[in-house]
Amino acid sequence: MSPRSKTVARRTLRAFALELVIYATLITGYFFAVLHFLGGWLVRLETQHIRIYALVAILLIIGQAVVLEAVTTGLLRLLRGGRSE
Amino acid sequence: MFFPISHAYVNPIYLVVVGFLIGVLGGFFGVGGSFIAGPALRLVGIDWNFAVGTDLAHIVGKSVVAAKRHRALGNVDLRLGLIMAIGTIAGAEMGAQLIQALKRAGNVNFVVSVVSIVIYLSISAFMLWESWKTLARAKSRKAGSKSGSLRAKSDEHVTTAIQRWRIPPMVSLPASGVTISLWIILLVAIVGGLCSGFLGGGAGYIRMPSMVYVLGIPTHLAVGTDLFEVIISASYGTFSHAIKGNVDILIALVMHTGAAIGAQLGAISTQYFAGPKIRLAFVPLPLIGAAIVIYTMFSGHKL
Repeated sequence: MSPRSKTVARRTLRAFALELVIYATLITGYFFAVLHFLGGWLVRLETQHIRIYALVAILLIIGQAVVLEAVTTGLLRLLRGGRSE
Repeated sequence: MFFPISHAYVNPIYLVVVGFLIGVLGGFFGVGGSFIAGPALRLVGIDWNFAVGTDLAHIVGKSVVAAKRHRALGNVDLRLGLIMAIGTIAGAEMGAQLIQALKRAGNVNFVVSVVSIVIYLSISAFMLWESWKTLARAKSRKAGSKSGSLRAKSDEHVTTAIQRWRIPPMVSLPASGVTISLWIILLVAIVGGLCSGFLGGGAGYIRMPSMVYVLGIPTHLAVGTDLFEVIISASYGTFSHAIKGNVDILIALVMHTGAAIGAQLGAISTQYFAGPKIRLAFVPLPLIGAAIVIYTMFSGHKL
């Protein structure tokens, strides 16, 4: 491996690690936020309005996947000073 | 930690670790990992109906992210995905209804355990055969023998024979370069949906090989289209199971926390391994799932 490609690999790995750390922090925070603010409401919803509970369940899981990925990408772009790489 | 929806006490770290492992598997092998998720939830005492529904819920999130990436790469045949979604939803509903019937009969845990063991063993056997065949073909191609091309032709022969069943209406799939009967597509989708609704997960382990070997879809398009289709069918499956009281969204969110991180690591790891070797490494995983189910069945123990 040439020194140039070694540098590129190291930089890619560092960018990936940074993305992973931000994503992991956000995703864990998201769960605790849901548990803290919506936990009791979700339990009541499951017993009283099961259809609404089903819809909310899908929205929460899609939210965890899509919104947090978008937030991570946005944060990384901010950290890199506007570059989308 | 007590999860009030499923009335289960489960260590959240265990769920994150299980999710992480499934995520790595998903990123590395391109499968949902339900053959590990279901048994792993069962192992801590969660009933099969909750294991199936909750696993489906966490798969929705994973598939959305992965399908978005594949769509950007042009790996999604939208027409095929939408047709398959109809069949998969029908199959998933059949699976969910079967679970309900077994729940009412009081033997859901026993029947799903037995069926899952059979399916997991079959997946391992198929993957072993397929990856061994691909590696042997690559070896013989290197050695310049004709056996490799003969095997390739025999695979193509199966797909061509199926595509020759011209039962109308015929569907043209320009993105995949295939024209095939609508009924064959629906049949493949219904079988996948049935496995998904009955055993949980996206049932990619059965739909992916079917799309490649039965429908003749190129592998990269099969992976992307399968993921796109899983978003629709797993969302429907989650909704269907949730209104039957089989989804604990809090467990699904904890699992997805680990899965989302694991999937990124798994995806990057694929750069260091060749396709057939990845598939060969996959062989023991459904066996682990089967072993967990057998252990839970016969010992009656939980962690």
